[in-house]
Amino acid sequence: MTQIPNSTTRTFTAQGSVPGRLREIARHRELLINLVRLELKAKYKSSTLGFVWSLLNPAMYLVVFYVAFNVILAAGVPRFPIFLLSGLLVWNFFTAALSAGTSSIVGGSGLVKKVWFPREILPLASTGAALVHFFLQSLVLVLALLGLRHPVGWAYLLLLPLALVDLILLTSGLSVLLAAANVYLRDIQHFVELALMAWFWVTPIVYLYSQLTKHLGGRNIALINPITPIVLTFQRAFYGLYGNVLDPRLRFGWYLRNLVVLSVAVSLLFYVSMRIFIRLEGNLAEEL
Amino acid sequence: MAAAIEIENLSKIFRLYKEKYTSLKERALHFRKIHHQDFYALENINLDVDFGTTIGLLGHNGSGKSTLLKCIAGIIQPTSGLVRTTGRLAALLELGAGFHPELTGRENVYLNGSILGLKRVEVDRRFDEIVGFAGLEQFIDTPVKFYSSGMYIRLGFAVAVNVDPEIFLVDEVLSVGDETFQRKCLDKVRTFQDEGRTIVVVSHSADLIRIMCERAAALHHGVMVATGEPNDVIRAYRERLMQDAASDADLDPGLARAELSPVWGKVTIQEAEIVYRDADEGAVRQGEPLRIDVTIDAPEPSDDVVMALTIYGPLGGLVFSTNTRVLGVDLGRVHGRRTVSFVVDEVPLLDGAYPITIGLHTNGGLIYDFWEQQRVFEVKAPGQSIGVVALPVHVDLDRIRR
Repeated sequence: MTQIPNSTTRTFTAQGSVPGRLREIARHRELLINLVRLELKAKYKSSTLGFVWSLLNPAMYLVVFYVAFNVILAAGVPRFPIFLLSGLLVWNFFTAALSAGTSSIVGGSGLVKKVWFPREILPLASTGAALVHFFLQSLVLVLALLGLRHPVGWAYLLLLPLALVDLILLTSGLSVLLAAANVYLRDIQHFVELALMAWFWVTPIVYLYSQLTKHLGGRNIALINPITPIVLTFQRAFYGLYGNVLDPRLRFGWYLRNLVVLSVAVSLLFYVSMRIFIRLEGNLAEEL
Repeated sequence: MAAAIEIENLSKIFRLYKEKYTSLKERALHFRKIHHQDFYALENINLDVDFGTTIGLLGHNGSGKSTLLKCIAGIIQPTSGLVRTTGRLAALLELGAGFHPELTGRENVYLNGSILGLKRVEVDRRFDEIVGFAGLEQFIDTPVKFYSSGMYIRLGFAVAVNVDPEIFLVDEVLSVGDETFQRKCLDKVRTFQDEGRTIVVVSHSADLIRIMCERAAALHHGVMVATGEPNDVIRAYRERLMQDAASDADLDPGLARAELSPVWGKVTIQEAEIVYRDADEGAVRQGEPLRIDVTIDAPEPSDDVVMALTIYGPLGGLVFSTNTRVLGVDLGRVHGRRTVSFVVDEVPLLDGAYPITIGLHTNGGLIYDFWEQQRVFEVKAPGQSIGVVALPVHVDLDRIRR
């Protein structure tokens, strides 16, 4: 065995480059898929219905909020559950991925201390698992839209892939950063829970973007919240202009511009997070 | 040709904190008051391991040998310098492989397989073999947090050896588990050696390294003190320990006891000669006599001297050890030069080279001097029996009649 076919050469130094890491992650995609699968499995371990629970959760939202807001309160946004769920899908993904991702490296210490693999895979797997739930929950919304023959914003559906890419980059960038930081400062995972709650209420998910801007005076300030442009796009695409609730003056170009600006920002965030992660990684195994 | 493992100018600095604060409150309370000390766990290590070599890393506790292994495995990153490995690498560090405690044995096997770079179908193909090797058929669907430490290590070893690693790293693992499993592991390591895989063994046991490895490297306080042939390295390592003996009290007792002796050097071995009956042959035939003449010197008179002889087998294991007191001989007063001979009337050994160690110590076990495997005698044995000892066996037929 003096000549080894297809063997890989790995070099470990104090420095690492982001493209090199991404290649390494791509090489370990089998592991990534495996971890996503295990995380999904763990969630519904020894439950009979399993994935059906993922579907029941948004379905319940639809029913409960319909009864509460459109029947009992009979106020505000018509077909409120559709509006709510359009934004909540995005938020549920973000919050599930981020809280699982933050504690992923501490939780996976058994692996991190004993074997080598690109450690970013652990928070990325949390993002991956949340993404699967995201698609399952979207399915419920799509079924509701079809059932109600709801007039969606057809053109705006084209923006969804870009919005989703932005969302994934934002979430995975933050998860990677927080997962490594959490090893050194365990308070971070508790802080994240708290911060997410505040973050939810500054994002126009339960209320309208127009209501938010009215309070803030200028509308651009609200867009600093990186989740907002994504949520707005989802609302515009799924909920559409039904009942003239969303601002019709905001055109396709406005949404597109927001998403493009955001994609530059989140790409930068992802890159910086990876760089910081590489710096922090050197001592991960010792700190755990 | 490139080496399987290349280590260049590798250093690793650990920060030692007096106390470690990981919560925000503690950090705030002790802000800017966190004292730490830099500690070189490894200092400027250079080492190349060629393809197909088995190398042993020797060192006492805290010498940096496990840290070096972790650097090779990529689990911790060097502070400076680099490690380059070529080929699929599997490592068994300390007690156990990388398992996720909440997952079942089966899930962990697949997880570990994918960490080591195997596709799902490839793990499928090896799954039965892995479980069989570990002997865990009954428990494979139990979460590994319920495993005993023995089961844990067995599964870890089974996965690591069955993923077809080109480089295999083992840290003291072979010293755990029951005897049957240990034997299985050693057999597997031997097979790997025959197949030309690269193996790195970490141990504080000089004997294990002597038996298993073609090369060795010794670490002492994070510094590489010797590399090369195992016997040379072990000797150099012991000499190094001896130099440090006065200042260090925390040495590995098994290795260091000799050199800590207060009577060291009061009686010395001057020469040791192996005398065959037929000097031209350069070997002793089985059943023929053998003599070992040892010349000793005591500048000051000494009444309390025992000479010990230890014979090792061709594979390194202990064959025989004795001393003059056990043999009922009192050397009396030793002053100046003297010769002591060990005479074996009939050598009951089989073919091979037998290294010997000669030691001088007091009746209480304090050591004057020893020569560690510096002499070797050869045995030529007729016949085709194999092993170490030529037991006088003959065959009887039909002793029991029905």
